Amino acid sequence: MTVWIETELCNGCKRCSKACPYDAIEMRGEKAFILERCTACGTCVSVCKQGAIKSDAAPREIPDFSGWKGVWVFAEQREGTLMKVSLELLGKARQLASSLGEEVSAVLLGSGVEGLADTLVRFGADKVYLMEDESLRQYRTVPYTRAISYLIEKYRPGILLMGATHLGRDLAPRLSRRAGVGLTADCTDLTIDPAEKILLQTRPAFGGNVMATIANRYSRPQMATVRPGVMEAFEPADHTGKVIRHDFSMSEDEIGVKVLEVVREKKKAVELSESRIIVAGGRGVGDRDGFTLLEELAGLLGGEVAGTRVAVEEGWIPPERQVGQTGSSVRPELYIACGISGAIQHRAGMMNSRFIVAINRDARAPIFQVADWGIVGDLHEVIPEIVRQLKTGQKGL
Amino acid sequence: MKPLQIVVLVKQVPDTTEVKLDPKTGNLIREGIKSIVNPDDRNAIEAAVTLKERYGAKITVISMGPPQAIDAISEAMGMGADRGILLSDRAFAGADTWATSSALGRAVQKVEGFDLVFAGRQAIDGDTAQIGPQVAEFLGVPQATYVCAVEEIKGDAIVVKRRLEDGFEKLELRLPALLTVVGEINDPRYPSVGRLIDACREKAPIEIWNSADLGFKASEVGLEGSLTHVVNTFSPKAKRQGEIIPGGAKEVAQALLSRLSDKKLLRDTL
Repeated sequence: MTVWIETELCNGCKRCSKACPYDAIEMRGEKAFILERCTACGTCVSVCKQGAIKSDAAPREIPDFSGWKGVWVFAEQREGTLMKVSLELLGKARQLASSLGEEVSAVLLGSGVEGLADTLVRFGADKVYLMEDESLRQYRTVPYTRAISYLIEKYRPGILLMGATHLGRDLAPRLSRRAGVGLTADCTDLTIDPAEKILLQTRPAFGGNVMATIANRYSRPQMATVRPGVMEAFEPADHTGKVIRHDFSMSEDEIGVKVLEVVREKKKAVELSESRIIVAGGRGVGDRDGFTLLEELAGLLGGEVAGTRVAVEEGWIPPERQVGQTGSSVRPELYIACGISGAIQHRAGMMNSRFIVAINRDARAPIFQVADWGIVGDLHEVIPEIVRQLKTGQKGL
Repeated sequence: MKPLQIVVLVKQVPDTTEVKLDPKTGNLIREGIKSIVNPDDRNAIEAAVTLKERYGAKITVISMGPPQAIDAISEAMGMGADRGILLSDRAFAGADTWATSSALGRAVQKVEGFDLVFAGRQAIDGDTAQIGPQVAEFLGVPQATYVCAVEEIKGDAIVVKRRLEDGFEKLELRLPALLTVVGEINDPRYPSVGRLIDACREKAPIEIWNSADLGFKASEVGLEGSLTHVVNTFSPKAKRQGEIIPGGAKEVAQALLSRLSDKKLLRDTL
């Protein structure tokens, strides 16, 4: 595909230049000009209000999806316990459904899990589609994919949301390919476009320098995954709903995968998403010893230590303490980012914190753009000083 | 036992661990960002080479990307892959994971009698983790994601450990199957210089396939063949106070603690 600008139609509004995720459009005089590094991603075509940006892509017709209605949530359970993210998604699903004037449904699969349906109703499901079979007792990709795709074909939902857990990230893409639909992973926001009535899905994109709003115009259901802790669960008062049961069976030969063993490792549970205060470190912390400093500060503040992907890859902190797009999403009262540059993947996991402090030597670090209070300086000097003052009770009061 | 046919899917990504923004324009500073083989994909290559050493295998590496992505394939060949295929065509540009998995899936199908497909769990530039499962579905084979150990191949099945949030599960998958691996599975070796030089020679077995080679029309791949589309992009809004506290360590520490105290963020130390 190729993208070009019809210069006489361009009014110099710069919308395309701002939207381009690759910085590939610059203004020459009063007209936009496409540079060589353009990847023909097409973003500018959709933001241009003048219709001045053309591509050789054939125009596509949007199929009629008027028969596809309702907001569905995959209710993830493990060993009979519902995952919190499913209840969080029901909270978001209720908002989306009320903008559309449609119903919320949950899909519950397993064996001996009927009792969980009440909880799903209590948290906002109008209907619970229930399938129980021995082949669904333990999660396996193949039977879960078949079960949900059967329900999709039968009931034609407009939207399907799933938690971006290890299970959800295994199942959602497989199911999307089976159902022939697009999928947007790890969304940080979901809204309904008021005019088009489609789901607008927001996530970091293009190598992490911008947030992108993504639409799924050409297939139904519109599928999206959301990380745990991003949305909020709530219980509507006296909500009622009904359970619709379907039979399911699949032979072991058709499945082709056996679960030989499940081992739960007893780790000291870290619930970063529950922490009120988080002290996080990145590359600038420098080494494992630097994290000892952060641990001391976190201890004094009554918080937890966390880190970026780099800090985990360097082995300075364990993976369960990673914050960001690939780690946990957190929303503490206070987030202290130490030696963190602030790649968007990291910011996506901590932007919803109530207050953010950034300590970094480089004034150009993007983390300062999301900070309430920034300190341009060496954390190895600043943090020991904060620790000393906390210990001696000198709070500058 | 006949040698295994293993396919490894790799992606070349920008090394974005150190992003910097231009303080005036707020744009990403692009100069000096180099391209690397996606970290999880290096683990996928290593996992394949380990099996080759243990059971005997022919390894084919497939990547989709611009012409310079050939460097990623050369690196994989330097680590021990035998054949490289680069899917490169202007028509592939702007592909979402649907269109990408169609192209990769079709390419894998063209590798005669594949037994195993390896991929990284996810790429650091998109973080979607979708390509592995979508290609597995395209091929109609069992999958295991987040694989942290390959235990053994038993007849026509493979036994692997799959990482869970709070432990792991051991799975037996019937072959052919697709596995996506996480970083803890192994420590990728460095490419050998001799193999790297071979990979750069004219006789190097790296092929370049375009959309027609895969039997696609332009409307089936790239942006046109995608089901999801970016309708807008924006920089995250900073609804923050954005105060930079000036001074030396002592002054900034004092000023910061005073602000935290005002917002009642400090524990009562009395």
